[in-house]
Amino acid sequence: MITVEGLTRKYGTFTAVDDVSFVCQPGRVTGFLGPNGAGKTTTMRIMVGLTAPTAGRVTIGGHLYQDIPNPGRHVGVLLDASAQHAGRTGREILELGARTMGLDGSRVDEMLELVSLTPGEAKRRLRNYSLGMKQRLGIAHALLGDPSVLILDEPANGLDPAGIRWMRGLLKGYAERGGTVLLSSHLLNEVELIADEMILIGHGKIVAQGDKKSLLAGAKGSGTTFVTALDNQVLAEALQAKGFVVAGAGDGLRVETEPVEVGRTAAEKAIVLTDLRAADGGLEDLFLELTSDTQREGMA
Amino acid sequence: MSATTPALGHALDISTTRPTPFSRLVRVELRKSYDTRASFWLLMVIGLIVLATEVIVLIVTTVNDESIQFGDFIGAAAFMTSFLLPVLGIMLVTSEWGQRTAMVTFALEPRRPRVIAAKAVVGVLLTLATVVVAIVLGLVCNLVYGAIQGDADWTFGWAGFFAFIVNQTFAMLGGFALAALLLNTAGAIVVFFIYKWVLPILIGIGAALMAWFDKLAPWIDFLSAQNELYDWPLTGDQWAHLVVSGFIWLVIPIVIGVWRILRAEVK
Amino acid sequence: MSTTAPGLGHALDISSTSPTPFSRLVRVELRKTWDTRAGLWLLISTAVVTALVMVIQLAVVVANDLQVSYNDFLTSTNFSIGLLLPVIGILLLTSEWSQRTAMVTFSLEPRRPHVIAAKFVVGIGLAVVAVIIALVLATICNALYGALSGDTVVWDQSAEQTAYFVLLQVIGMLTGFAFAALLLNSPAAIVLYMVYSFVLPGLFGLGAALIGWFEKIQPWIDFNDAQTGLFDGNGMSGDDWAHFAVSGFIWLVVPLGIGIARVLRAEVK
Repeated sequence: MITVEGLTRKYGTFTAVDDVSFVCQPGRVTGFLGPNGAGKTTTMRIMVGLTAPTAGRVTIGGHLYQDIPNPGRHVGVLLDASAQHAGRTGREILELGARTMGLDGSRVDEMLELVSLTPGEAKRRLRNYSLGMKQRLGIAHALLGDPSVLILDEPANGLDPAGIRWMRGLLKGYAERGGTVLLSSHLLNEVELIADEMILIGHGKIVAQGDKKSLLAGAKGSGTTFVTALDNQVLAEALQAKGFVVAGAGDGLRVETEPVEVGRTAAEKAIVLTDLRAADGGLEDLFLELTSDTQREGMA
Repeated sequence: MSATTPALGHALDISTTRPTPFSRLVRVELRKSYDTRASFWLLMVIGLIVLATEVIVLIVTTVNDESIQFGDFIGAAAFMTSFLLPVLGIMLVTSEWGQRTAMVTFALEPRRPRVIAAKAVVGVLLTLATVVVAIVLGLVCNLVYGAIQGDADWTFGWAGFFAFIVNQTFAMLGGFALAALLLNTAGAIVVFFIYKWVLPILIGIGAALMAWFDKLAPWIDFLSAQNELYDWPLTGDQWAHLVVSGFIWLVIPIVIGVWRILRAEVK
Repeated sequence: MSTTAPGLGHALDISSTSPTPFSRLVRVELRKTWDTRAGLWLLISTAVVTALVMVIQLAVVVANDLQVSYNDFLTSTNFSIGLLLPVIGILLLTSEWSQRTAMVTFSLEPRRPHVIAAKFVVGIGLAVVAVIIALVLATICNALYGALSGDTVVWDQSAEQTAYFVLLQVIGMLTGFAFAALLLNSPAAIVLYMVYSFVLPGLFGLGAALIGWFEKIQPWIDFNDAQTGLFDGNGMSGDDWAHFAVSGFIWLVVPLGIGIARVLRAEVK
């Protein structure tokens, strides 16, 4: 498990990571979410000792990364799939990793097979790889040492839909066997599907964390209903008479109350409804709401 | 709460993992020195230049019917490799930075000084390999010379041999030190050639013009201090010159460079 | 069907777009030489080293009461711009490859010869600027020399010599440029240039001393030697110009030609 305690990293006056604390549990996939430049990568780089923290610390399974002997055997790391020598073949890159970790050469073939890189592709040099192939190779490299902790920065980048589904299954299975997975992403839908636990970061600060249900419970969207009736006008008047705030929304209405109240009102007035549902904006709304002051595009 | 008090199973059991042994790091770094097209050809070019130099010397001396010693073949090869071994030393360090592989390397072995030391060992090993190639080819050339001219001169003093190895190793390490200092291939190569070719001229001019500089020059001129090694044994003064100038050109850049690498944020 | 027979509106209307003018490419390429930290520092250190070498020279000659002339100060640039201009020439071209920006550059201007020509022009421009800086610095140093030493100040630089000096520096820059075009790799091109400029003259000299026939062809293939007349004050004879042209063809035109052919045909990655 990964424990982050009061982590801060400053570059001059700019604070990239601001007093961040969280825990990644074994057996769970933790999604690390945030807009571009929120501090996800910096946090992960500090985890593996590539960047020194200004304050705070990260322990992995109770140890500082620097204190883990042969760290590749315990912690699989993928920070930037392109950070490899462009002139090496994919196979050679894995071979170097395997040798550094003191692994059998057969492990390289296993990993190539696991990430579906054909022998022909493995012989090509990295400069001829597509982004998706680099990403697969990077995941293979992270898994080489059969680690119990995985730290992956934007692992789905460049993967095709089949590849993303494959990775999802891979990481789920990995966590089910007791592994700890931390993966970052700026793509919500992707993380929503895979992560058991989510950490939302914006401007270097954690803005929310928890599982999907608890996150949504606290979101602004709850207590709002979308409704469409054969006669919207009549329904709107009836709801307003009860004191609910009503606004037009597309073909129907947006009402500031629970769906049950809307249904009751409709039943009382014998209005036919064609659509009635909670305005569950989902994670995307929550994400945009929580990080709105850090978004590049101004929120409408 | 379970989140704040992890069970024992949550801690990483590192008791059975042995730290990466140094020998393995050296083997991996050695492999990196020839597993890309660029690095492979650098080694090939060094070998081919040794071969070409000694063969040309053989042909020229045979055609012109001039006398030559075993040591001359190797000296000629050494002259040529003294440009390329430093480049090798530079590339060993900077290829890791220029290609950003340092991120992966240091994630697998966070004890960065050991990685740098492994690279230096690889540099020395490759230098020794070059020396062996130069001597073997020199042997063959001298045999051929003897066969054609009827008489081969096998003069090659131990002092020359020793000085040859030390010179080549220092040349390689000089490049290595500059590369560690600058972490930039182009910059390190330019500075190295200036150090090797321009500086001696400037030191010579300065020494000729100014008496105080003439006295100072031996203490800062590492190249000429090394050349004294060919006139083994050295006097106490010569040893002192070698140590002081070597400190300036090898130790200081390496120390600053390593300090920089240890502190650097690896991007 | 409308999809198979696009109306006029579906065609790309390029009639009102003028092609990228060459002057704009040159301005962009010029900007690329200083908009990175490495590039900026290379230019700054070239200027600083030029000044430093001359100031040291000035200090030494004044302290030791030596006689120097304007031309002597200018000669000291052998140790500054003479060394670094070719490196600038090399990096002008190779930085585009090692950083993979060629992909962007050639997609914005697919007429690759235009891009290379723009870099070429920038190289010559920088060489001329370096020469102007050197001339100004040498003027200042020579004036200071007169003021500090009390000796007569000698201004021994003719227009012809100035032209030679410009030519010398431009050739240095272009040699680097040509080697870079040939190899498209910074370290290899820099090593080749350094070997060419420091090691090769010695080998040519050795070869000429040992082998009779080689002595005859050496002036025709030794480009360094052929440039001697440009700075030693003896000027260039007709023979010198012939040597200059032939050896220059070998060391400048041939690598540049091969290199450009390579860049034009290369798959840009």
